[in-house]
Amino acid sequence: MRYFSPNDVLFLIQAAQWTLYLSLLAFAFGGLVGFVVALSRVSSSTALRWVSRAYVQIFQNTPLLMQLFLIYYGLSLVGFSLSPIVAAAVALTFFSSAFLGEIWRGAIEAVPRTQFEAGESLALTPWQLYSHIILPQAIRIATPPTVGFFVQIVKNTSLTSIVGMTELMRAAAMMNNATMAPMKVFTVVCLIYFVICFPLSLLSRKLEVRLHAGR
Amino acid sequence: MDYVFQFGVVFQRSDLIISGLLMTIKLSAIATIAGFLIGVVCARARQEGGRLSRAVAATYVEIIRNTPFLAQLYMVAFGLPQLALWFGIHIRPSPYILAIVALSINLGAYITEIVRAGLDSIPRSQVEAADSLALTPFQIFFYVKLPPALGKVFPSLTSQFVLQMLGSSVVSVIAVQELTAVAGRIQSETFRTFETYLVVTAIYFALAFALRGILTVLVTTIWPWMPRGPRGRAS
Repeated sequence: MRYFSPNDVLFLIQAAQWTLYLSLLAFAFGGLVGFVVALSRVSSSTALRWVSRAYVQIFQNTPLLMQLFLIYYGLSLVGFSLSPIVAAAVALTFFSSAFLGEIWRGAIEAVPRTQFEAGESLALTPWQLYSHIILPQAIRIATPPTVGFFVQIVKNTSLTSIVGMTELMRAAAMMNNATMAPMKVFTVVCLIYFVICFPLSLLSRKLEVRLHAGR
Repeated sequence: MDYVFQFGVVFQRSDLIISGLLMTIKLSAIATIAGFLIGVVCARARQEGGRLSRAVAATYVEIIRNTPFLAQLYMVAFGLPQLALWFGIHIRPSPYILAIVALSINLGAYITEIVRAGLDSIPRSQVEAADSLALTPFQIFFYVKLPPALGKVFPSLTSQFVLQMLGSSVVSVIAVQELTAVAGRIQSETFRTFETYLVVTAIYFALAFALRGILTVLVTTIWPWMPRGPRGRAS
């Protein structure tokens, strides 16, 4: 057994960079897929609406941990042997795309109906309507909850430690086993997560206030 | 892909799955009630409390909401017994108790924010009217502000309870024998990993829908007069 030293804090901070990479990966890919989901949710095609709705329902109503297990074992079943980081990124992409898709659908629907009608009456194509009129307004509405959801992603990357991804949480669990100093280890870990998440939460709240002040 | 799915071995252990399911239901039911009570108390503290109780409630909410549940769970599971030891108390709570403590503390913070948003939306005139009828502050909170506030945030509360139920799968890491832990056991006995997790995921899915349905029915029976949804319409 050894003691928990300042060097160990550095080690944990180093492990935290994997948490950040994973969060950014999940946010980038989840954002891409989520954008498609959001557009499908408001599309005029019934089939597309139903498929995207089912997609969102499935990923919002099952535990992320189960999604991680299924993707980790499922993809290796089909013959891909995945490194934990790829499996974790794929699972987090599914998860965040469902939530981001719903957030952005809400933002698109929050744009007043008349804006859609005005655009259509000017004979804009759907592409022009969305890219010039709807999305610029929707993005403004969507920014605060999107930043807020990034906090959720950062926190949820901790679950990937359970399927063997060595990020902050797993480094902490290993360190706890080595030093038997759970209070110290997990206080430091909570602090690191807090330092990442709290500014983002504040930013989200500030953007929210500014959005409502503008109206 | 020449993999043959075999669900038979999984269903053979259905008694194990049911015991896990019951444990998940029990955990989330207790944590939901406890978390809800913590949330209402803290929301009141943040709104009407003195400077100290406001600060304490705000700190609690921010710390919990900005750290992962898994870290909180480890903190409670490994840290709490150590903390007690520093004060000379030897306790070794069962994982079940530790899980309930961690889940309740976690949920309480989220409920605080939701209930607070509901309380903020109550018009001042309501409170002033109650005040002029000489209601005590507690009466005003409990009879005038809380019921419509809860009605307004009912959809958010429901989603949070569902998220909490799904999140309870994480407590399997401290060996509470709930649905996820049971799945881990079954897959290690049968080597049918994918099938096992697929079945259990489907159960969680059904449970999430059932929970939403039950909450809606429950609330419409208890408070049939209560306006629900953000704009006061039934949702």
